[in-house]
Amino acid sequence: MSRRPEHQAPPELFYNEEEARKYTQNSRIIDIQAQMTERCIELLLLPEDTPCLLLDIGCGSGLSGTVLEENGHMWIGMDISQAMLDVAIEREIEGDVVLSDMGEGVPFRPGSFDGAVSVSALQWLFNADKKSHHPVKRLYTFFSTLYAALSRSARAVFQFYPENESQLNLLTSQAMKAGFYGGVVVDFPNSAKAKKFFLVLMTGGAAPLPKALGTEEEDNSLEIKYARREASKKLRGKPLKNTKAWLLEKKERRRKQGKETKPDTKYTGRKRSGRF
Amino acid sequence: MKLITHNMLTSKCLKGVVTGYPLSINATNINITEVDYNPEFITRIIPKLDWEVLWRAADSIGHSDGLPQTIEPKFEENNEFLKKAHRVLLEVDIEEGNLVCPESGRRFPISKGIPNMLLTEAEVQ
Repeated sequence: MSRRPEHQAPPELFYNEEEARKYTQNSRIIDIQAQMTERCIELLLLPEDTPCLLLDIGCGSGLSGTVLEENGHMWIGMDISQAMLDVAIEREIEGDVVLSDMGEGVPFRPGSFDGAVSVSALQWLFNADKKSHHPVKRLYTFFSTLYAALSRSARAVFQFYPENESQLNLLTSQAMKAGFYGGVVVDFPNSAKAKKFFLVLMTGGAAPLPKALGTEEEDNSLEIKYARREASKKLRGKPLKNTKAWLLEKKERRRKQGKETKPDTKYTGRKRSGRF
Repeated sequence: MKLITHNMLTSKCLKGVVTGYPLSINATNINITEVDYNPEFITRIIPKLDWEVLWRAADSIGHSDGLPQTIEPKFEENNEFLKKAHRVLLEVDIEEGNLVCPESGRRFPISKGIPNMLLTEAEVQ
């Protein structure tokens, strides 16, 4: 059976009291949520040192809200799970929460928010949990009402878990139809675990999409291309195991995956003296 | 639910409702929770608010004492005014009650401080 929560039950049932408790007691979940929210705030490109009013879509128990508070912002959250919101109120969050289904639209006045963040919520919109649910229509309703609720030049950043390529295409096409422009930023694309998808949507003014973490700048100069070709000719596959070259390559690979790696020094891969 | 949220909230997601703003409040239980005073945020948020709606909402639940009905031109220098605005916006918390849509009369219950804006299948646009 699939391990994706959205395949198991509708969100308002899946996030019951037991699941909600996990989100306040499991330090790993809390850590990950906080990291992803930090990254969302980074991608929002808010004006520096200005307290903003943000919308948290799928705020759940307010873990992401706490990070927003720490960064000096006020927030209003919406979520479909009563149990999660109850926990949020118990945690005495500074923001405010509303019980609402994002597929029914964002119930706020035009131009209310300076930005919107969402951590691990968007993938739920692909579900048709009720007979009346039509995912494409719900996505469009959501994006068009969100577009209205944001102030001009505001951004919306969604961290989410897409299941396949077609979901990504559907998301971006519906967002564009609603008036947004932007796209998907993939952090650490070379790692299975650290890989994270962020949908960055912008409302006004042309700006380049932010750079993903863990992707190196592509050099297009001829010299480097040749050097690479030469190197690959020489090697034909992986370097011999337990050699310095093998070690360096392994460390490089780990760095690309965003894992913690010690820096390369003159001691890296050096032979021990015979005395040892 | 804080009044800042009320000032932003609409019922326009309902089928057949055009603006759905402002929602009127029927409060049965109101709490005052203390929130850190941040004058910078209040100054920034005031131009975005519909002040008349805020004043009426505060008045309807009996928390408008001392709050001016219109904003003065140089409100950002008036610390006393900012403090009052802070109190009304962030510290007055509606625990139990109802929000009523001005167009359709649909009631949205507020329980444990959380307004329930969920719609039924027939109400979705």
